[in-house]
Amino acid sequence: MRNEVYIKIENLTKTFGPVIANNNVCLEVNRGEIHALLGENGSGKSTLMNMLSGIYTPDSGQIYIKGRQVTFRTPKDSMAMGIGMIHQHFKLVEVMSAKENIIAGQKGRLFVGSAKLSGKIRKISDKYGLAVDPDKKIYNMSVGEKQTVEILKVIYRGAEILILDEPTAVLTPQETEGLFKILRKMKESGSAVIIITHKLNEVMEIADKITVLRKGETVGTVNKEDTNSAELTNLMVGRAVDLSISRVECKDKKTILNIEGLTVVDDEKVKALDNISFKLSAGEILGVAGVAGSGQKELCEAIAGLFPVASGKIEYKGENIVGKNPRDIIKKGISMSFIPEDRLGMGLVASMGMVDNMILKEYQNQKGFMIDKKIARSLSQNLIKKLEINTPGIYHPVRQLSGGNIQKVLLGREIESNPHLLITAYPVRGLDINASYTIYDLLNEQKEKGVGILYIGEDLDVLIELCDRIMVICNGKITGMVDAHKVNKEQLGMMMAGETMETVMGVGA
Amino acid sequence: MVRIVKRTDLTKRQSVMFRLLAILGALLAAGIFILFLGFNPFRVYLSMLDGSFGSLYRFKESIIQAIPLIVSSLGISIAFRMKFWNIGAEGQIIMGAFAASYFALYWSNLPVYVMLPLMFLASAAAGGIWALIPAIFKAQFGTNETLFTLMMNYIAQKIIVYVQYGPWKDPKALGAGKIALFGDNAALPEVFGIHIGWIITVVLVVLVYIFINKTKRGYEIQVIGESENTARYAGMNVKKIILSSLILSGALCGLVGMFQVSGVNHTLSYQVANGVGFTAIITTWLAGLSAPVIVIVCFLFAVLQQGGTFIQTAFSIHSSAAQLIQGMILFFVLGSEFFIQYKLVLKQKTDKLIKKEAA
Amino acid sequence: MTFINILTFILTGAVTAGTPLLFATLGEIITEKVGQLNLGVEGMMLMGAVIGFSAALSTGNPVLGILAGMIAGACGALIFAFLTITLRANQIVSGLSLTIFGTGFSSFVGQKMVGQGLADSVRNSFAPIKLPLLGDIPVLGPALFNQNVLVYAGYVVAVILAIYLYKTRLGLNMRMVGENPGAADTAGINVALYKYVHILIGGMLCGIAGAYMSMITVPSWQDGVTGGRGWIAVALVIFVTWNPYKAMLGSYFFGALSILGLYLQGYVHIPQSIFDMLPYFATIIVLIMISLKKSKENNPPKALGEPYFREDR
Repeated sequence: MRNEVYIKIENLTKTFGPVIANNNVCLEVNRGEIHALLGENGSGKSTLMNMLSGIYTPDSGQIYIKGRQVTFRTPKDSMAMGIGMIHQHFKLVEVMSAKENIIAGQKGRLFVGSAKLSGKIRKISDKYGLAVDPDKKIYNMSVGEKQTVEILKVIYRGAEILILDEPTAVLTPQETEGLFKILRKMKESGSAVIIITHKLNEVMEIADKITVLRKGETVGTVNKEDTNSAELTNLMVGRAVDLSISRVECKDKKTILNIEGLTVVDDEKVKALDNISFKLSAGEILGVAGVAGSGQKELCEAIAGLFPVASGKIEYKGENIVGKNPRDIIKKGISMSFIPEDRLGMGLVASMGMVDNMILKEYQNQKGFMIDKKIARSLSQNLIKKLEINTPGIYHPVRQLSGGNIQKVLLGREIESNPHLLITAYPVRGLDINASYTIYDLLNEQKEKGVGILYIGEDLDVLIELCDRIMVICNGKITGMVDAHKVNKEQLGMMMAGETMETVMGVGA
Repeated sequence: MVRIVKRTDLTKRQSVMFRLLAILGALLAAGIFILFLGFNPFRVYLSMLDGSFGSLYRFKESIIQAIPLIVSSLGISIAFRMKFWNIGAEGQIIMGAFAASYFALYWSNLPVYVMLPLMFLASAAAGGIWALIPAIFKAQFGTNETLFTLMMNYIAQKIIVYVQYGPWKDPKALGAGKIALFGDNAALPEVFGIHIGWIITVVLVVLVYIFINKTKRGYEIQVIGESENTARYAGMNVKKIILSSLILSGALCGLVGMFQVSGVNHTLSYQVANGVGFTAIITTWLAGLSAPVIVIVCFLFAVLQQGGTFIQTAFSIHSSAAQLIQGMILFFVLGSEFFIQYKLVLKQKTDKLIKKEAA
Repeated sequence: MTFINILTFILTGAVTAGTPLLFATLGEIITEKVGQLNLGVEGMMLMGAVIGFSAALSTGNPVLGILAGMIAGACGALIFAFLTITLRANQIVSGLSLTIFGTGFSSFVGQKMVGQGLADSVRNSFAPIKLPLLGDIPVLGPALFNQNVLVYAGYVVAVILAIYLYKTRLGLNMRMVGENPGAADTAGINVALYKYVHILIGGMLCGIAGAYMSMITVPSWQDGVTGGRGWIAVALVIFVTWNPYKAMLGSYFFGALSILGLYLQGYVHIPQSIFDMLPYFATIIVLIMISLKKSKENNPPKALGEPYFREDR
């Protein structure tokens, strides 16, 4: 029974308008197996799983569950076949209790009895070690607890096939450990688990088999025993990781940004940044590594004047800019540029064309009541030529451009403002290799000119090759500040998990 | 199996065609209903056209109906551009009328060249304040503006009921709840037989178009409507822009109140807005928030209304027929938006398409 | 008159006047709980009023009248549901269109009935029925338990709706649709079906509210018979924070406000228009309090007014 095939996917294809998200994807998952689905952002992992859980309908291809061919029209169909999906963004109702969230949509007696159901839920939670109070309201729960409720929900529905979409992205290392324990228990009891991720260390820790997706296609399936991180990376990006990003040097080394004791508090009154201090000099690329949600967003936004600072100093060329909003910063001529992670939702106006996006900041400095778009028009045309932006025209909504072109528009605008300080958050996320290289080249070009660059990244190989120094943060605290020449991925990974630089680098040396 | 797919390929001409087809469909459906009630739909439609275009007088009446709709729609469009769902135009019109009437009734000795500008400013200010109140709460505490502005409509209406039957009641009206007629110094002058509001309307259409498309504030409004995060990123003071634009939105609606009391009714009654504020929400939406298109849509609605009034006197068909047809057209046009944005595709077709692309 | 007499009088009037508000409010609560903001309450009420009245007028059967009103209200709701769910149209605009349509529809259909009254047999069937024992309680007895049959029906519907919402599986599911349709969908709940069914039930209740106005409150046809009560119902839903039990209290309270000026005429001079204004004021205050409170309870359904399409990307 050990090798019974639970899921077999053959040649699944799904398109969104002109975009082919999945093309002839194949996958096989056995009973009692933890199967990792690995791929970069935009490689089609989530689309595939959404088809498996009945949220998207495939355009073509077949799905077999335990040997039976199935067609899922709704999530209900998928659930009926024992598939339970845990989404990256939890599908929970905040004002309801855990119990209510668990039993909603289930068949049963008309009236929702209390004691008996709570008993049944407790029994399942004990079996898998899922500690959760059935009567606690979701809005009172931590992220980890919410995820536990999600898992409980699908097990309660009798799921034997569990799909988790980037489950660790929002978890602390301890919570991640707890999750992995649960998953191993599920595996022992005969379930099949599919875990979607792009984190190699987790794959190597938890998975039995690994299927790699690239650009919507399956590249291959390997056993964990027969592979290693290097091979998996190769499969993911499509070639050996000799990134060979050229590292340029800049002579001028004046301190341009000096941050001391920076602390910010988020909506939930949690310290998102806790006493952060560092310096960034001109002509330097300082990388920031960390698990998603460790405080990267808050750091960028605090410097850019978008996030309130609780305490600490942010000195730009010796001037404390804490308390200045972006308007003051633009008006004062402080040459700082911020390339936010959310390109269409923050950096650009999605429904507007290039011209209207070029004036997004510059318009503030125009005189009078009317807006002048002449300069923006010629700027757009220049950028299209210079950065080889592929667009039907300067008035074409940027939303409809490809990810790489959108990023070129955003980065192009910011670079044209001749900043002395450039803050970039995940500038190559979702971009293909070629577009990524264009972005690296642009950043290096700026560095050569003496611009100080804060680079928030997720790909550790890129951080190591592109940056001069790397700062590692974990839960809003700096756990390491290392020379990029003298560190390796494993060491960075340990610091990202909260180990201090002293222990990690001591081990490495 | 049928699937719903987002369209990306529709030309402007095609989308206009879709909407026209929807209007035709609505007329057909309403025609069946009218037939069912024992009237000849062709006769009803023809006489409605006759009623709104049949003579110079009737044509002028149609324009008088269109003016309040257009100006209110302009006001609403500014709020809607920021995704601020101001459905309080009705109340803003009423308060504008109220403020203008105050000067007409209680400062009645003012010369006309002082009186009219004063009424103009008072109505704009009153409408602006009426819109500002919910906007402040929205900006400060995130209070739901849709429901807030809706409630403000009825408070405004009840205020007028109160003054109409109470302190402002005309003693000469012999106990009836009526407010006295304004003096001639408080009447908008006529140009080509229509109160001068029409010229102001034309100017406002152009101004609002320029405001939204050519000014810095208009640009800011558009950015905020798309994404408040982007606006903050670009250094815009989002709260201040929302508040000041809402004053403008309300002020335009308030002006409508002045046009109605000073140009049309020459007195105030609690029915002064007469649903214009609500109809304007729909016309604004149908016009896609664009000032020039608002003029077209509002004129069509005015034609329907004027036609409705005409058939009542000419054929003793109740004027509500117009409202009924309006409702039907709204349903069909709202429904047609779906077919403009999406298309239905048979399952097999997509399979083929993909094979073709793959090959 | 003694104080007790006046109080009894006002309370009785409040319950009678509040009952159509109660039906419409319950109808809108169901609709909003499932995530749809239907501003067509007034329109649906008018459709129910005119069809209910004309059915009762032509058949002389009060039950048929109420039933016809229900169906008419549901037809209005069906238009709204089709537009906003199947055709994905904007809810606010669709609701307002429904009100415009319903207003025109009722005037047009009712034009030949203006001024006509219902037969005595119909009127008598809505005479107050005194409940044994309960009806003898001082003050509350006559106000609550010596009323027409639809007032009693109002109590029953409110209680059933409350039990349905908070104690049953279906109620749990429908609340989930209104709070987070994405979660409901993945939990295997048919979002569109739930929305359709509850919008239709909501429309039926609004239809009854309209029929109550034309058949009981004013037992003869007049244009615009509902007199803006549909909008008060929209306000009431917020005022009672989407709770059917509180809807009873709220409806009777707003009902009392609508007659207070009349009843107090001889004692203090406060114009009725001031009382008419209070419901809207009170609703605004509740709205502001909801937004000020940090508590997550008593909020509008989270997905209220937002469209849901599974495959949108």
